[in-house]
Amino acid sequence: MKRRDFLKSSVGAGMAAGAALSLGGYEKLWTSTSSTAKYDMVAVMGGNPDAMFDLGIQEMGGMSTFVQKGQKVLIKPNIGWDVIPELAANTNPLLVKRIIEHCFKAGAKEVYVFDHTCDNWVNCYKNSGIEKVAKSVGAKVVPGNSESYYQQIEIPGGIKLQSAKVHQLLLETDVFINVPVLKDHNSTRMTCCLKNTMGLVWDRGYWHSNNLNQCIADYALYEKKPALNVIDCYNVMVKHGPQGVSKEDIVSMKSQILTTDWVAGDAASAKMLGVAIEKIEYIPIAHKMGLGNMNLDSLNIKRIKM
Amino acid sequence: MRSPLLRRTRIVFSTFIFICFFLVFVDLKHIIPAEYINILLFLQFIPSVIKFYNLETLAAAGFLVVLVLTLLSGRTYCSLLCPLGIGQDLFSRIGGRFKRKFRRYGFKKPFTILRYSLLAITLIVTLIWGIYMITLLDPYSIFGRFMTYFARPAVIVINNFLAGILGKFDIYTLSNIPVKGFSLVVYSVPVAFFILVGVLSFTKGRLYCNMICPVGTLLGLLSKISLLRIKFDEKACTRCGRCSLGCKSSCIDFLKHDVDVTRCVDCFNCINTCQDKALSYGIVKLKKKVHETDESKRKVIAGSFLLLFGLSRVSNGQQKTAPIPKKDSTVKENKTYPVCPPGGVAIEDFNKDCTACSLCISACPNGVLHPAFTQYGIAGIMQPVMDYHKSFCTYNCTICTEICPTNALRPLVLEAKKLTQLGKTIFIKDNCIVKTEKTACGACSESCPTKAVHMIPYEGNLVIPEVTDDICIGCGHCEYACPTIPYKAIFVNGNAVHVAAKKPLNVESDIKTPVEFPF
Repeated sequence: MKRRDFLKSSVGAGMAAGAALSLGGYEKLWTSTSSTAKYDMVAVMGGNPDAMFDLGIQEMGGMSTFVQKGQKVLIKPNIGWDVIPELAANTNPLLVKRIIEHCFKAGAKEVYVFDHTCDNWVNCYKNSGIEKVAKSVGAKVVPGNSESYYQQIEIPGGIKLQSAKVHQLLLETDVFINVPVLKDHNSTRMTCCLKNTMGLVWDRGYWHSNNLNQCIADYALYEKKPALNVIDCYNVMVKHGPQGVSKEDIVSMKSQILTTDWVAGDAASAKMLGVAIEKIEYIPIAHKMGLGNMNLDSLNIKRIKM
Repeated sequence: MRSPLLRRTRIVFSTFIFICFFLVFVDLKHIIPAEYINILLFLQFIPSVIKFYNLETLAAAGFLVVLVLTLLSGRTYCSLLCPLGIGQDLFSRIGGRFKRKFRRYGFKKPFTILRYSLLAITLIVTLIWGIYMITLLDPYSIFGRFMTYFARPAVIVINNFLAGILGKFDIYTLSNIPVKGFSLVVYSVPVAFFILVGVLSFTKGRLYCNMICPVGTLLGLLSKISLLRIKFDEKACTRCGRCSLGCKSSCIDFLKHDVDVTRCVDCFNCINTCQDKALSYGIVKLKKKVHETDESKRKVIAGSFLLLFGLSRVSNGQQKTAPIPKKDSTVKENKTYPVCPPGGVAIEDFNKDCTACSLCISACPNGVLHPAFTQYGIAGIMQPVMDYHKSFCTYNCTICTEICPTNALRPLVLEAKKLTQLGKTIFIKDNCIVKTEKTACGACSESCPTKAVHMIPYEGNLVIPEVTDDICIGCGHCEYACPTIPYKAIFVNGNAVHVAAKKPLNVESDIKTPVEFPF
């Protein structure tokens, strides 16, 4: 059993790595995985987070498009702040819960959840409501509070960010599902798919002091990319982001965006927030670097209203 | 009473108390509720005296219970309730395995001059200058520092080792805790005391308690008139001397059939050792001779209480200048005051009441409290200070204010704490990434819980921080998050007296709930 698992995962990893290396261009690797998904993007509006996900993932071809039997899955929500779910500084716990359930249904062997939080991690995990729901459906909630959990990786081609320390879970799992919550951000104007990766790394300060927007785009070069991005736009923090002060910062948008292209996901999110895509500097940078497509008109988007 | 159960009960009870104290200080997951911690702390003598002095409520009158207990039963406090005393018993026990028991103790003369001088000096210094001697000598605080600076880090190392192993098996019930060391200088005091107390108890039993500890000396004086005590049955005694050789306080003069009650901590070892059943614990009629010596010493007792409660009021009335901390010249963020923890209210008052037991430092879930070196001036060494280079004060937490045994940190409800300004945030534009690198950053504003630190338009598409003073609470998250080195571009300058911050105003956005996808 163990040997079989080992062979499977090593062959899988080898293939992925080989593909990444031999094909060079990221876009080709992308099309190879997204070819199985029916749309580049599915946007759902009008339901609860879990119901919207049920519908959205179905339109994307079901969770089994992204998660194979026996695979280990990493779900990376935003759990950055010690704030209750109603204030939407963290990903909606209902959504996280439903994604985990779909992963297990698709045959995932293990599902892990973690974030490198900004506030005290114990409080964030607890007060976001995510730890409780994730554990209740069988996921493993893993700490990210200590440098000892992080491992050095290289980012060839990065302009400002050539290396980083990422959480070991990112390296040890087979599938990475990025589950950001859409929010206003005081400095980059918006935080969503690409910026959510700051919770995967140990030293965020380096990003902040070395051209934040470029670092955010640079990180997206790293070979371990999300198989799927699920953007929580149920309650959207439209000002005072990314932490928020009170409920006045929140607008109920009851929406959700599922996409395999995180640059496209960020572009669509910018529109949701009512900010010009070019104003969010890392989006055009990432687009120019070939990390995704911010021209939403050229994408195959399915829009659903519930 | 001559039951062997006396000793056994003492051992069981004191072990329980010791374990409780140990757990409170090494509670890595912060799961012990503050109410339980406060129950445990209630009877700690010096913290209770200070708290009572500040609050004048019976809820803080644990020391009165101790005094009554002493009048009834002698220095049982030292054996049953003092964690430092119990810890010393543990050390003596280990020491006994290395040194032959019968050579260790035996009756010795008391260090009368030394111990009473230390008590007097402690009282005088405390009343006239401040809390320094108590900070150094309060047994509970000494114990607290041992736990915070030695036991807790040791437990963290073990925890991290286990967490590492469990992590390999995909189990995350234990998590790795980053070890945050304190500045080396502040270790000097606990290290010196650990050596002193450790060596004395290892070789000489309770010598520390009977020679140096001011609480021990004070309760010893009171024991002179205590009701219950160890007594000799002179007819049954064969003067074999076993009791004396087994007495860790070295206070039994078996030839004279005399037990020095000022040093006896009621451990009851002698009762069990005595083969002639000549020793028992009960009511003793005072001998005439004892009475004579008592008179003068009772005056000392009375005097010291007068000093304790009377003079301190006098000294309190004196106007003292606020301690101005020495500015550390290497730190460019020019702080005029250190940031005193929430509940401290005024730095000056806080410095007077804190005995540096370090419980708050152990209990802080964010590790933002650090022992001060010179931030409060030399007087405030080891008292907790907010170190915003190491961490920040988490918005939804009041634990340090809830557990302070001396009331140096006064209890704050969460809503009040969220509006308590510990210091004011100062922005140094010339250090800021946005100005120096001309790139976006915003780490400070991102982490600000009240948005006192917010971004305003700068060159081009860039935004740069600005601080609104009156809604800032001085939590230091901005300072902690600021990525510039070695000097931060934003820092919190402590308030000499904490002030109330305004509640941040917020208005609804004009962005409406969408009905169509905007893309």
